[in-house]
Amino acid sequence: MSEVIVVTSGKGGVGKSTTTANLGVGLAMRGKKVVLIDTDTGLRNLDLLLGLENRIMYDLIDVVEGRVEIKKALVRHKKYENLQLLPTSQVKDKSAVNPADLMALCDELRKEYDFVIIDCPAGIEQGFQTAIAGADTAIVVTMPEVSAVRDADKIIGELGRSEKDNIKLIINRIRPAMVDSGEMMDMDDINDILAIKCIGQVPDDIKVVTSANRGEPVVGDSDSQAGKAYENIVGRLLGEDIPFMEFEKEGFFKKLMKAFKLSKD
Amino acid sequence: MLDSLKRIFGNEKSGKVAKKRLQMVLIQDRASVSPEVMAKLRDDIIQVISKYMVIDKTDMEISLESVDDSVALVANIPVQNMRHHK
Repeated sequence: MSEVIVVTSGKGGVGKSTTTANLGVGLAMRGKKVVLIDTDTGLRNLDLLLGLENRIMYDLIDVVEGRVEIKKALVRHKKYENLQLLPTSQVKDKSAVNPADLMALCDELRKEYDFVIIDCPAGIEQGFQTAIAGADTAIVVTMPEVSAVRDADKIIGELGRSEKDNIKLIINRIRPAMVDSGEMMDMDDINDILAIKCIGQVPDDIKVVTSANRGEPVVGDSDSQAGKAYENIVGRLLGEDIPFMEFEKEGFFKKLMKAFKLSKD
Repeated sequence: MLDSLKRIFGNEKSGKVAKKRLQMVLIQDRASVSPEVMAKLRDDIIQVISKYMVIDKTDMEISLESVDDSVALVANIPVQNMRHHK
């Protein structure tokens, strides 16, 4: 049984590609055969987050226009052999692929892979419609900020109109200290607003940036709270019942320092 | 100083403010209907009401309005005469 998942958000910059990369690596670490498809044509980045930017020969557009076989365009991950990337073109635009192309591609890949994960472009235009066309499940990524939550709601509505009813939510970049002080919405607040099943909350973590710097998604890093959160999401996608983690709080001393403005963060 | 006192006492935390504001705006967002759908709705309403009354189609108004925390379909349809059924 294979599953095609689209990772979407509406708003840009909330961490769609980061989520796609982490879920892909996480599922591959668990032994699943995974293929990631970047559909953000013209603004490709999944290759960079996975450390595969120097290995690209062909792309999604070459495949849909019939210049190469899918197999030839797939880029194998350096560390996890059962993880493949189908990058997109950095020079073409989003109209180069249409929903029917992507649906056919997903059906082809379904035969060989346990998971096909599609990284969707921001926005609700044609690129979005193309990205969601072949998906069984949509993961909506949002952040605890008003604009990101509003856009997530819009996306959920659009998914419903396209009869994509299996929708899951990931709340990214939560700052536990701000939630604690009441200055940031928490998972329950966002659940109340969007009424979509939440499968993960990922704390804001500098390791997400430093790992992206190196092209190694944070999911393998057990010292990182975000890495742990992604591992949990992967488990939930595989049907495991994993309780939501408590975030590490700052110590009393740091809070005291902050109260007296001795510490900047 | 005054600001920090305000923050400690009384003032609602921004997290709760965000939640309330979102709940309000999303009611409106979710109720927003495309002009095409509104035009179809208008035609259907005219058809139904015309079975019973003679109405002034040029002067009628139909719109979605948000009142407090709910959305209402408001219609203003001038009636010129009743149709008499046997």
